[in-house]
Amino acid sequence: MLEADNLECVRGERRLFAGLGFRLEAGELLYLQGRNGAGKTSLLRMIIGLLPPETGEIRWKGEPIRRAGESFRADLCYLGHLNAIKEELTPLENLLAAARLAGEDLSEDDALDALEQVGLAGREDLACKYLSQGQKRRVALARLVKERRPLWVLDEPFVALDVAAVDWLAGLISAHLQRGGLAVMTTHQRVDIPAGTIRELRLS
Amino acid sequence: MLNIVAAVAGRDLKLAMRRQADIVSALFFFVIVVSLFPLGIGPEPDLLRKLAPGVLWVAALLATMLSLPRLFADDHRDGTLEQLALAPHPLGLVVTGKVIAHWLVSGLPLALIAPVLGIQFDLSTDALLVLTGAILLGTPALSGIGAIGAALTLGLRGGGVLLSLLVLPLYIPVLIFGAGAVDATVSGLGGEGHLSLLAAMTCASIGFAPWAAAAALKIALE
Amino acid sequence: MTDRFNLYRFASPATFYPLAGTLIPYFAAIAAVFGIAGLYVGMLVAPTDFQQGEGYRIIFIHVPASWLSMFIYLVMAGWAAIGLAFNTRLSGMMAQALAPTGALMAFLSLWTGALWGKPMWGTWWVWDARLTSELILLFLYIGYMALTAAIDDARRADKAGGLLLLVGVVNVPIIYFSVKWWNTLHQGSSVNLTKSSMAETMLWGMLLMAMCFWMYSIAVALMRVRTIMLERERHTDWVKAILAGGEQ
Repeated sequence: MLEADNLECVRGERRLFAGLGFRLEAGELLYLQGRNGAGKTSLLRMIIGLLPPETGEIRWKGEPIRRAGESFRADLCYLGHLNAIKEELTPLENLLAAARLAGEDLSEDDALDALEQVGLAGREDLACKYLSQGQKRRVALARLVKERRPLWVLDEPFVALDVAAVDWLAGLISAHLQRGGLAVMTTHQRVDIPAGTIRELRLS
Repeated sequence: MLNIVAAVAGRDLKLAMRRQADIVSALFFFVIVVSLFPLGIGPEPDLLRKLAPGVLWVAALLATMLSLPRLFADDHRDGTLEQLALAPHPLGLVVTGKVIAHWLVSGLPLALIAPVLGIQFDLSTDALLVLTGAILLGTPALSGIGAIGAALTLGLRGGGVLLSLLVLPLYIPVLIFGAGAVDATVSGLGGEGHLSLLAAMTCASIGFAPWAAAAALKIALE
Repeated sequence: MTDRFNLYRFASPATFYPLAGTLIPYFAAIAAVFGIAGLYVGMLVAPTDFQQGEGYRIIFIHVPASWLSMFIYLVMAGWAAIGLAFNTRLSGMMAQALAPTGALMAFLSLWTGALWGKPMWGTWWVWDARLTSELILLFLYIGYMALTAAIDDARRADKAGGLLLLVGVVNVPIIYFSVKWWNTLHQGSSVNLTKSSMAETMLWGMLLMAMCFWMYSIAVALMRVRTIMLERERHTDWVKAILAGGEQ
């Protein structure tokens, strides 16, 4: 489903990696590992199509993602290290707006249900600027609850989460994989995700 | 297609409504700059009437510039811009929505208050009407062209000043025809020709500018 | 396919650098020849203008500088279009190398315009349509240079600058016509700088000087692009080899 060949990444004057490739099929999880500055985030940005690789190609369902464009992006869900939530809006408004901008149908009930799952019940109508850092992260993660698009790309999803939330998120990713979804993620901490195939890619 | 434009514009308007201070300060900037001119050049009605179109238009250009740096910067800072770029629609439509919202909160209020300021400059009723019409027709072009500059300078050092360097020369045609419309009315020539050229410029820039801005955003996001 | 494309992209600066080095002396020499010929025709052969006296001879600098300032902007936009369409690295470097020369030409055109205006119309500056457009062109050059200077990443600077050039080149005719219209509407000083009934020798002088400026611009742009290449590619093997060898 997701294939990458011979990727090379140059940032400024540094060549971060070259000749990198991988294949990922339905139900599989790819862990990207490496120390800080090894190019994990750059590789993620290549996979989501924001950063064109110096050489090489990434294909989704056999078609280069550059060419697939919108049909690739319609299958993609990206969670970056920034929360992508608006401080002035409430968690509920944020969730609904994000879904609408991504071209998805999300009913208010589903959104409320998602917020309840991330432990924000009762905070739906409070502007996000009054929430703590951890709670803001949960608003961002709530997007994943009802997310049914097949490819998830997650940048350090477990950072700043407490133990219970880590378990909950691991379960969410695992359910996504069992539905036949794919996931690519970077993480520092090793989290046990019960899933079929877990691949690892180490950037050095 | 219109859905996404409406969704983006609606979200931006909602955000702007929760930060009304920004809209109000740009509006007061406009009022203050315009009011400074009589103090600088003297209260003689003939002179003021002659200067009014130019003064009001230059002040309008500067007031629009004020809010431009934040057009994409806020979304860039909190990661929303990436999400918008990854949404399964052409990015140009997203930018169109943002440009419309920008005009509604920065251009439209200027047009509404301009007649009041025009009275300070002793403009006739006809001239006031044409002034309002010209600002209504011309400011969307300013928002569109400004979006290109805002996208090009996204995340750069001294972005605000750089933005004015890039955008103000491109504003010149709008300034010429906007002020020209009022001028022509004052001198009895009729401003219709100017107004239709302004409308043409606005149509062209609303059509093309968002796509150029979208290309600039993609460069900035790499 | 991709391999050849890469080879092209990577080889380009490495092969262009020595090529530019060889070409520079030729362009410089041609510029000097045209310059001497042009100045000779302009200063000694062309007749004294019966209205304007000797002062008019500044047009042999003024007019070629104006031509070149507009031409260079078009060339930069052309490089920008190539760069954005084919993602070639040389294009962005060429556009950046040309910009200071273009700005210099625009400035020279304004400066000589003022020098000419003082004895002719008794004032340094008139809001003539051409001078005003030239001033705006200078603003566009400054905007481009400021933008590329503000972006640290060279690749992003090339692309963003290229996009600005394309937006600018679409706007230049609109700006020019609106300024012209504004000028006729206000019926200000509609002074025609390049006045009718020019002696044939004057035209020849201007053409020769325009060739001189053109060749000079190429030579200077090539020198500048060589510097840009060395700076940007200093981590590559071919630059290291050049620097180690101590040659030019």
